[in-house]
Amino acid sequence: MANNVFEYAPAPESRSIVDIKPSYGLFVGGEFVDGHGRSFKTISPATEEVLAEIAEADESDVDLAVRAARRAHSRVWGRMPGKERAKYLFRIARIIQERSRELAVLESIDNGKPIKETRDVDVPIAAAHFFYYAGWADKLEYALPGLGPSGARSLGVAGQVIPWNFPLLMLSWKIAPALACGNTVVLKPAETTPLTALLFAEICQQADLPPGVVNIVTGAGDTGRALVSHPDVDKVAFTGSTEVGRAIAAAVAGSDKRVTLELGGKAANIVFDDAPIDQAVEGIVNGIFFNQGHVCCAGSRLLVQESVADDVLARLKRRMRTLRVGDPLDKNTDVGAINSAEQLAKIRELSEIGEQEGAERWSAPCELPDHGFWFPPTVFTGVTQAHRIAREEIFGPVLSVLTFRTPGEAIEKANNTPYGLSAGVWTDKGSRILKMANALRAGVVWANTFNKFDPTSPFGGYQESGYGREGGRHGLAAYLQDPGAKGGDA
Amino acid sequence: MARAETRQSVRKTYKLFVGGEFPRSESGHSYAVGDVRGRFVANAALASRKDARDAVGAARKAFPGWSARTAYNRGQVLYRVAEVMEDRRPQFVEALRQGEGRTSAVAGRLVDDSIDRLVWYAGWADKLAQVVGNANPVAGPFFNLSTPEPTGVVAVLAPQGSSLLGLVSVIAPVVVSGNTAVVAASVDRPLPAVTFAEVLATSDVPGGVVNILTGSLDRTAATLASHMDVNALDLTGLAGDPEQATALEVEASANLKRVRRAPAVEPDWSLEPGLDRMTQVLETKTVWHPIGV
Amino acid sequence: MYDRQLYAGWVTSTAARTAASRNDSAAPDATYDAAAQEWADVTASESSLRRFLHGLPGVDQVGAEQRAASLGTRSIKTTAKAFAIDLAITMVDLTTLEGQDTPGKVRALSAKAMRPDPGDPGCPSVAAVCVYPDMVATAKQALGSSGVHVASVATAFPSGRAALDVKLADTRDAVHAGADEIDMVIDRGAFLAGHHLQVFEEIVAVRAACARADGGSAHLKVIFETGELQTYDNVRRASWLAMMAGAHFIKTSTGKVQPAATPPVTLVMLEAVRDFREQTGRMVGVKPAGGIRTSKDAIKYLVMVNEVAGPAWLDPDWFRFGASTLLNDLLMQRTRLATGRYSGPDYFTLD
Repeated sequence: MANNVFEYAPAPESRSIVDIKPSYGLFVGGEFVDGHGRSFKTISPATEEVLAEIAEADESDVDLAVRAARRAHSRVWGRMPGKERAKYLFRIARIIQERSRELAVLESIDNGKPIKETRDVDVPIAAAHFFYYAGWADKLEYALPGLGPSGARSLGVAGQVIPWNFPLLMLSWKIAPALACGNTVVLKPAETTPLTALLFAEICQQADLPPGVVNIVTGAGDTGRALVSHPDVDKVAFTGSTEVGRAIAAAVAGSDKRVTLELGGKAANIVFDDAPIDQAVEGIVNGIFFNQGHVCCAGSRLLVQESVADDVLARLKRRMRTLRVGDPLDKNTDVGAINSAEQLAKIRELSEIGEQEGAERWSAPCELPDHGFWFPPTVFTGVTQAHRIAREEIFGPVLSVLTFRTPGEAIEKANNTPYGLSAGVWTDKGSRILKMANALRAGVVWANTFNKFDPTSPFGGYQESGYGREGGRHGLAAYLQDPGAKGGDA
Repeated sequence: MARAETRQSVRKTYKLFVGGEFPRSESGHSYAVGDVRGRFVANAALASRKDARDAVGAARKAFPGWSARTAYNRGQVLYRVAEVMEDRRPQFVEALRQGEGRTSAVAGRLVDDSIDRLVWYAGWADKLAQVVGNANPVAGPFFNLSTPEPTGVVAVLAPQGSSLLGLVSVIAPVVVSGNTAVVAASVDRPLPAVTFAEVLATSDVPGGVVNILTGSLDRTAATLASHMDVNALDLTGLAGDPEQATALEVEASANLKRVRRAPAVEPDWSLEPGLDRMTQVLETKTVWHPIGV
Repeated sequence: MYDRQLYAGWVTSTAARTAASRNDSAAPDATYDAAAQEWADVTASESSLRRFLHGLPGVDQVGAEQRAASLGTRSIKTTAKAFAIDLAITMVDLTTLEGQDTPGKVRALSAKAMRPDPGDPGCPSVAAVCVYPDMVATAKQALGSSGVHVASVATAFPSGRAALDVKLADTRDAVHAGADEIDMVIDRGAFLAGHHLQVFEEIVAVRAACARADGGSAHLKVIFETGELQTYDNVRRASWLAMMAGAHFIKTSTGKVQPAATPPVTLVMLEAVRDFREQTGRMVGVKPAGGIRTSKDAIKYLVMVNEVAGPAWLDPDWFRFGASTLLNDLLMQRTRLATGRYSGPDYFTLD
């Protein structure tokens, strides 16, 4: 039995559980309606197979959706007692749990991410978000200091635009707190990943959610622009690129719209010489290769103490050789497909720039499928702060490795970025963790772990990573009137 | 029609609920429970001192596991209780019609309120620490964080009047944070409590987290109040009986149980509760840790 | 050695070398002597040994457990499953360690070890039969030249609470009776009291006691009883201690203490043997024992071996399962794969 090769046979999750229709309309006022605009195709990034034809909402469609949301807010949802709103949200959470396999498979097909992740991360945490905020709906007077029993007032209609990297999860981060606080929403999913949002629309119907409380408008940039600039939208919530975030901030200037933005990042993952080394390697892998690196808080800059750099890199490369890249629906796949041709081109371009600028590129040996969009897990060593791959968000499975000598140098390098979403620290010394956490200018600091998310835990960035927090008690503030503004200056 | 004349109903035996099981009282005693007009409805188990001790043992045994669960999980478990209760709504309505003499409509509202109360508390599971815990800005290079923790085993004398809504309103706030409970049900109206125990047993609540005793408080209350392995005592069920309440509070002082005193009259359970029923059975733990490289 | 920058440059040391094959256990182990030399300065004193062991990188409990759990979600189907089940059968140390053991019981177990499924000649035999020292001769006789090894626990198993000379006599007795492998227990009391050198020297002495008259030596498995060591940091330290002292195998548990083998404990040990080979070129085997009852569990362990230590360890020379009830479940699953039907316990021999 010597020199055995343990080849895992394919273990594909069945697609039969999902029923993808040939075409989808918009979800407005509790019903699926035809849009007035054109339509676009959504494809499977793993195979380039066309999955469905999707309506592209134009300005008039967005207007109808906002009107439906306004009506639902003023007539039903905004005046419904919190404990009744809570029960709708609990119901939605339960349906997400009951239909979890269907959602996971659909998400993997449309997004390209491994079924392992949709099954174990995206869908359960999405359900948990609804559970968590369901519980807040009738406890809002406890949520923010200064709110009396009658002080918790909703904002109105929220226009929400979400990205393609965690379609259902980002939907839950947006919709659950908004609804808990009594707002109604018009949500635009990303153009490459609309399917789980449309399935969520069906879930709203199944839950008997009053019409117009949740409206889903599909489309691309124009649809998003129409939504955030609609005059009757009270609140804009956006997750996506810093570039678009900046445009939104400019567009709402001078209006009464409230805004939260969750944007890009270039997180430092800092490994000290006394780190729990095997777990640190896992954390590095999870930090950058989880979800193909399509994570705004990805640990895309590894800062490793020089005295252990060779060891950490050797361990990292050995570990990367065991990553299984391929069919997102195979239960043993660790790294799936890049979400779109456009994103793949961007990853390739920045990687080539990395090489041109003199960094050393190494990719895990793996066979990539012939069709679809793929990029192997890749590490750049010899990277300095001046390299573009150390400064720009690649949003792909590409890690830039830098070294440091002292904690001070690590802090300096980690903070030397216009972003500030997240950071990681690996050391066995507790006081150093806290010192680093204090010094890092980032909205989330993970110590001896990485990429952990929980509905109770606020998430959001410093600086150009955006403003406002989602999740936790803090996430409610974005959807409630300011405690001080008791109607006086409205 | 012939069938109706010959068929006799199968009557339910109402037993105790201890450690997730339904034992009869070890003493073998039971007592007759009547409806509001005094007509016989059923026999209920008459819990003994030994039953009370067993219940404390079961609650203690369940405490490490229950308190170690994630808050999210405890919230899910309590929510599941509400779901199962909704499923048994007609049974509870009937019990309140008999036991409290309510009309169907009022009984229905009481059951609804009881279910909603459970849902309200279920939501607190993963929020309580966010509202009553906090980071403390101490004047020095220290991380300092205060978080609530469950106190342990809580003995609860449930209200005598409100046999379901009152019962749920005193149990849920105890167990949501990770405490385990020994509950002495309303003496004269114990049947909703036994049916509630059946709901607990068929939902996801681990055995021993809630233990329910029926029968006279003369046998159980003093045992619970003096038991050195009970951490807190809720005397709500002794509303309007200051003499006995004081005697039990004195017993409870032996191991400094946290005591919730008996009110002068039973509270209006239809009002939305505050946090105090939860916070009274919490300890605050503060952790210091230096900050430095 | 211990006073260099700990852990720095670890993986750049000696390249791994091919390990001795299974039937070479009688050959003198040159690597061992070289390694013993290499560690001489580390093991020179209690304090130097302590410095070394406490200089090993820590194990973060949450991270290690998550990694083990994540490997446990691998889905092993069809051909891969058939391969894994047959491999797992060949790795079983079929064990009976009871006060009520009799020659009859041991003979029955030995028959099962050689031909686990009498109805299927294609079914491989297990790696070894594991018994108490007084049953070694019986097992040896029953197993004959089948190739199935006799493993014997020794050193006052399971507690290890006896004087060193008693433990050594126990070991020699088992070796003399024909044991191919000795499963010793470490002195957990000494380890937890910080007397690492004492534990080290005891292992060295037991290894010496494994010597046979013909110049060969029984293979030595060193049991940590990880359920008593409690922390993964301790498991990592015990692993290095035993490997430096010359263990051929490191083994989790006696099966008499709960928890016995767990995936994260085994993960930490697999990392240790992997790193030890990177540094010294010497390969050490791993044996989780106790608590592994189903094929599904066994396959999870094999996935972990494959992805953490590497395919080289997917061999009964380098990985074993200490188990008794596991074998029948493996046989049931094996039949299921062959026939497509779920089988029942009545169709397999109970021994």
